[in-house]
Amino acid sequence: MIVVESLCKNFDDFFAVKDVSFQVGKGQVLGLLGPNGAGKSTTMRMLTGFINPTSGHAKICGHSILQEKEKAQSHIGYVPENAPLYDDMDVREFLEFIYDLRGLPREQKVSRVEEILKLCVIEDVESQKIETLSKGYKRRVSLAQALIHNPDVLILDEPTDGLDPNQKHEVRKVIKNLAKEKTIVISTHILEEVDAVCDRAIIMAQGKICFDGTPASLKAQSPTGRLDDVFRSITMQKEALC
Amino acid sequence: MLSPQFKALYKKEFQSFFKTPLGYVFLVIFLFGLGYMTFEPGRGSFFLLREASLRAFFEYVPWMFIFLVPAVSMKLWADERKRGTVELLFSMPVTVKVAVLAKFFAAWTFVGLALSLTFPMIITVLILGRPDMKIIFLGHISSMFLAGAMLSVGGFFSAMTKNQVVSFILSVATCFILLMADSPPVLELVGTFAPKYFLNIFESLSLQGHFESMGKGVIRLSDLCYYAIMISFWTFSSIVLLNENKSE
Repeated sequence: MIVVESLCKNFDDFFAVKDVSFQVGKGQVLGLLGPNGAGKSTTMRMLTGFINPTSGHAKICGHSILQEKEKAQSHIGYVPENAPLYDDMDVREFLEFIYDLRGLPREQKVSRVEEILKLCVIEDVESQKIETLSKGYKRRVSLAQALIHNPDVLILDEPTDGLDPNQKHEVRKVIKNLAKEKTIVISTHILEEVDAVCDRAIIMAQGKICFDGTPASLKAQSPTGRLDDVFRSITMQKEALC
Repeated sequence: MLSPQFKALYKKEFQSFFKTPLGYVFLVIFLFGLGYMTFEPGRGSFFLLREASLRAFFEYVPWMFIFLVPAVSMKLWADERKRGTVELLFSMPVTVKVAVLAKFFAAWTFVGLALSLTFPMIITVLILGRPDMKIIFLGHISSMFLAGAMLSVGGFFSAMTKNQVVSFILSVATCFILLMADSPPVLELVGTFAPKYFLNIFESLSLQGHFESMGKGVIRLSDLCYYAIMISFWTFSSIVLLNENKSE
């Protein structure tokens, strides 16, 4: 579903992402891990077509993110970091706007929006202005926005960041439910999250991949069996090398 | 012909003016200001002219626009980039070109709405006498082009910075220079560093000159071309600029 081949991104003389390659198949949940500034968000932004890679290539459901950007984008649902939304719209209006913006058939608009409001459990706030919502609700609205066209690929940039434990649990539950028929990429720096939802983990540091495997094999690398320790040792090693 | 993306964004942008006080404040100040200036008892006032025309009205249109149009355009992109919604927007199958055009036309429609709400002026002159409707009509067309040119300038500066106030100030300054390009103070300033032939070109860029020429009731191809070039140039620049800096 997602094929990434030696993706690179430079900002002037700063290398944000260096030669990143991986593949994700259907039904997989990939966790992108790494310290802040490791290049997770930049990688995701390149996949969603928001920024162009300096070099390298990626395909979403067989569509190139460079030559067939719009086609690739129509297969992706994306929750950007901090879930930015149009604050002065109300929830239903916002979802209808995104529905139209995606160019989906007009006849099913009302029923689809209804469906998605239910799926993301935001029916009770449907006529509230987005700026008045709590963080948890905003995150769910952002998730709803990403799901409205029933995409094959979901890209979530720190979807549980800043939420309380209950809200985190809710969001993870939604993600787990979706995992069966979709390809999901989640970035996070919370390690328990990888354990909770991902079946594969990639650790990035300094723009490079330094681990690619299952959460279980990641744990096995540590004598204590704790993710924290492995994460520390892998990313610190990398930083020392650079 | 129009893509669904354009329609959706156009509609949302137009409605957004009425979601915040901005739209209403704009309408009230614009209508009150223009009305007051047209009838104020100073020189060149409507009553002193003693004729059934909107000359006094159109004289003040550029001066209302110069502050109010940049206020409409300042948020177009600056706000979007500051809040990060630009990332949401461009991860959808929407091109920068479509987005820039949709926002520009939405803002233009809004200014058009404001201008159309000055219709009581037309009724007034119709009651008072028999005005030349062609001149009034062309005056409005000319005002719309003027607004379009200023909006495209404002859109460009809004795409340049994340700060709305900076975008506003830069737009007002640029619009002022463009508006006054044929006036002696501005020409003298430009003349201090630019060669003579450039001065002639610069003088012909004056918004005011082209605005008045059409307001006299003559449609000249050169005026139409001027506005077309002006709007396309600034809009095209916005597209190039946004392609470069949308992710910063």
